[in-house]
Amino acid sequence: MDKTWNNKAWFLVLPVLVLVAFSAVIPLMTVVNYSVQDTFGNNVFFWAGTEWFEELLASDRFWEAMVRNQIFSFIILAIEVPLGIFIALNMPKKGWGVPVCLVLMALPLLIPWNVVGTIWQVFGRNDIGLLGYYVNALGIDYNYVQDPFDAWVTVIVMDVWHWTSLVVLLCYAGLVSIPDAFYQAAKIDGASRWAVFRYIQLPKMQRVLLIAVLLRFMDSFMIYTEPFVVTGGGPGNSTTFLSIDLVKTALGQFDLGPAAAMSLVYFLIILLLSWVFYTVMTNYDAER
Amino acid sequence: MARIEVNHIRHSYLPNPQKDSDFALKEVHHTFEDGGAYALLGPSGCGKTTLLNIISGLLHPSHGRLLFNGRDVTNLSTQERNIAQVFQFPVIYDTMTVYDNLAFPLRNRRVPEADVDRKVRETLDMIDLASLAKKKARGLTADQKQKISLGRGLVRSDVNAILFDEPLTVIDPHMKWVLRSQLKQLHRRFGYTMVYVTHDQTEALTFADRVVVMYDGEIVQIGTPAELFERPRHTFVGYFIGSPGMNVLPVSLDGRTATLGTQRIELPGVPKAEGGTVELGIRPEYVRLGREGMAVQVSKVEDVGRHKVVRANLEGREIAAVIGEDDEVPADPKVRFDPAGINIYAGSWRVEMGA
Repeated sequence: MDKTWNNKAWFLVLPVLVLVAFSAVIPLMTVVNYSVQDTFGNNVFFWAGTEWFEELLASDRFWEAMVRNQIFSFIILAIEVPLGIFIALNMPKKGWGVPVCLVLMALPLLIPWNVVGTIWQVFGRNDIGLLGYYVNALGIDYNYVQDPFDAWVTVIVMDVWHWTSLVVLLCYAGLVSIPDAFYQAAKIDGASRWAVFRYIQLPKMQRVLLIAVLLRFMDSFMIYTEPFVVTGGGPGNSTTFLSIDLVKTALGQFDLGPAAAMSLVYFLIILLLSWVFYTVMTNYDAER
Repeated sequence: MARIEVNHIRHSYLPNPQKDSDFALKEVHHTFEDGGAYALLGPSGCGKTTLLNIISGLLHPSHGRLLFNGRDVTNLSTQERNIAQVFQFPVIYDTMTVYDNLAFPLRNRRVPEADVDRKVRETLDMIDLASLAKKKARGLTADQKQKISLGRGLVRSDVNAILFDEPLTVIDPHMKWVLRSQLKQLHRRFGYTMVYVTHDQTEALTFADRVVVMYDGEIVQIGTPAELFERPRHTFVGYFIGSPGMNVLPVSLDGRTATLGTQRIELPGVPKAEGGTVELGIRPEYVRLGREGMAVQVSKVEDVGRHKVVRANLEGREIAAVIGEDDEVPADPKVRFDPAGINIYAGSWRVEMGA
């Protein structure tokens, strides 16, 4: 081989490596480090091996939080995706309505997480909250502080209010990219409204929908701030999702080892599920 | 099949058109005869597509009526008009197979599946895509996709008319010839009323029995290819049709004589021109280059293969002449105008010549 080897080129990737090391690898390795040790404070650590992992995977508390989280993700996807598509389809395509709708849609996305939580925390209260008060006035017994079902409804409605816009904006971007000729051809071909949606609009939105589903899934699986502010994970543990549980363990009880083990498992689950989602949806795409 | 009457149709894309220039279609009044093959020819932005979309019902005209076989269809939807239209860029339903793409317009109209199958197979053979029938339309090349679009236009046999909006733009030149002759064959076989929009004169002249030339929102001439060539009604038709276009020279008239600078040109008759700017139009094919006539300075000779185009200066005006491939340009070149090819224009419109 006459190839000349010049290893100096490695220096070109050095900045990226350093950046990734400090932003991801080193913090992650710290967590890995904690997850296999035990401590009683004073910076004294003992080797614990896989003990924390075994304990975690055997604990009911973890699996309950996991099931709650999956149900939550499933429900919000089932609401936000169809609702987002529906709103996007009905948004104006031209004229003064476009900027108005876009700004209205973008507003919830601009509000910080904990502010969203606070808004709904107050909004839903049955003594002073606009929503809580009037729902009760209508004769419906609603109290998210005491009733687990009401707490779930509140958290879900809040998430739908906060994030449906994201699905709407992504779908709308897909829709406006469809040339007029497609709609004209559909008219010539005598296609029904449903056929236009099924064969023109949906295929064109498919890519952005994939991204919307992935983003909403990951985000909802990691949800922390809003339910924490509204319900604090209660009543009881009824709205304690994985990340809330994690924070309770790590900061509330200061169990660094179990919390680190949980973080890693949590991370791997999200990675795995996202990969499965992505593979399934892209394969489906390629097949068609 | 239907006779399509375009009755004093005007169209503007503005909400409140005031001036003539606000109209994309100034006023079109024309009848497309049942079973005719028409080409709508004109430069980009002259209103061809607007007129086509009005016929198919994708656009609603600002003024005027549209009649199919004498029946007013102005307020009917595209679907009720039962028209097929093929667009400039391929429109395909990505997620369907090639077969399903062609079946789509039929199935939407609840045609029995046995008929759908027969029609689709016929059409697939015609556009030469039978081997790809089971393939998803998504992965095909641009010209295959455009063939699908064409096929969807041709698959219904009961349509009132088939409209083509520059359908062969994305197809490579060889395939263009094949498809165009297939369209022509189809026309002869089934007698569809076909309207074909293009800005390519070769395409228009080879496809159509009658060519409708549009310019700036108006129809300037309707005629056979030969009429457009020999007797352009408007100087624009002269420029636009033919390569190179017609020579148009400003002249002044005196009976049977036209005066161009210091030159006097004998006309075949007495033009009935009343004032306005008078111009003499002559196609390069009728300009004879030789040793007698009006003196010119030759600026350049272009050899285009079958013939040569001579660019010359006559009385300070650029003119073009076509000479044979083997003809030589004389040392002291002079030109003569063949009287058969002389047309006189007043205010850009052609005037008749009396005896």
